[in-house]
Amino acid sequence: MSDPSPPRPARPLPPVAIVIGVLFFFGLLGLMLYGVMKSGDPQRDVLPSALIGRPAPAFALPVLHEPQMIVRSEELRGAPYLLNVWGSWCAACRQEHPVLTRFAESKRLRVVGYNWKDERADALHWLEQLGNPFMVVLSDPEGRTAIDWGVTAAPETFLVDGSGVVRWKYSGAMTQQVVDTQLLPALAKVEQAAAAADTTAASR
Amino acid sequence: MGLPCHRWLLVALLAVMATLALPATVQAQAAQPLHDARPLVFQDPAEEARFHALAAQLRCVQCQNQSLADSNAQIAQDLRREVLLLMQQGYDDARIKSFLVDRYGQFVLYQPPLQPGTWLLWGGPVLFLLAGAVLVAAIVRRRSRGVAAQPTAARAPTADAGDDW
Repeated sequence: MSDPSPPRPARPLPPVAIVIGVLFFFGLLGLMLYGVMKSGDPQRDVLPSALIGRPAPAFALPVLHEPQMIVRSEELRGAPYLLNVWGSWCAACRQEHPVLTRFAESKRLRVVGYNWKDERADALHWLEQLGNPFMVVLSDPEGRTAIDWGVTAAPETFLVDGSGVVRWKYSGAMTQQVVDTQLLPALAKVEQAAAAADTTAASR
Repeated sequence: MGLPCHRWLLVALLAVMATLALPATVQAQAAQPLHDARPLVFQDPAEEARFHALAAQLRCVQCQNQSLADSNAQIAQDLRREVLLLMQQGYDDARIKSFLVDRYGQFVLYQPPLQPGTWLLWGGPVLFLLAGAVLVAAIVRRRSRGVAAQPTAARAPTADAGDDW
């Protein structure tokens, strides 16, 4: 006990080590909080679309109601449109339907349906039962064109501007909040850009 | 008369199980319309081997922790079919990958390419290794300096006590 030197002389930690340790601790804490907050977000697994800012893929698809009629991507140019990917087998699409119908009824935009990997009879029945909010419904029973659009699961919704460039995309069922806080601002931006292009074209 | 009774019980049980199983299969079919149950047809074993090697390097875009080869999601089936089609059209692996990256983004690649957005991902381990090396070097230098300095001046009177540890 009277030994003057302790067995392990306690060397004080250098301040740098303390600072690094504290930063590490708060870093981990932050990461954990971020993970916990993100875990409730239904959009947490959604991948950013590779198409945003790029021309929408060219397509030629039959119309669901009149299969002998073919709609081409060029024919939709000139004004923005909303493309909604759905299927009668998709439960979330049914959930989204009233929101989409309300938006379509506001007549802000052409709403084009994209019936993906569906049976024609089922799709027609679905529209008859729930109502048809679409200007036209394209049908892609094989799902090959959907690969060009980068579709992973229904429902997905694309906003395409008048020059045929994809400006916005939402994966999953849109809610009224998504329409109000994301779709409408994105649409306003598209319309502003189109108006600006018009005025420069007119002044030239 | 006990045996027929058992047999009837068995038949009844089987009937109940069949009626329980039937709606499940019907539902499964309804959830995956146009489900093409036929397996992919390969022209030769070499093509099959190449297909499986490629599909294992691609990530399923829906069930994100499975490869395209493992996943049974509808979109994964479609993409497998598409990949095989592209292979048969003479696309090489790099072109097939860029085909998918154009549509689904870098996410489909299990091995991301080295580019400005991913340098931290690739260089991170090297950075940590370097940081560790610097730390070890600093500790070693401090210890050796302490050992060199102690016997000459400060540690001379308590030399015996210091040797304990």
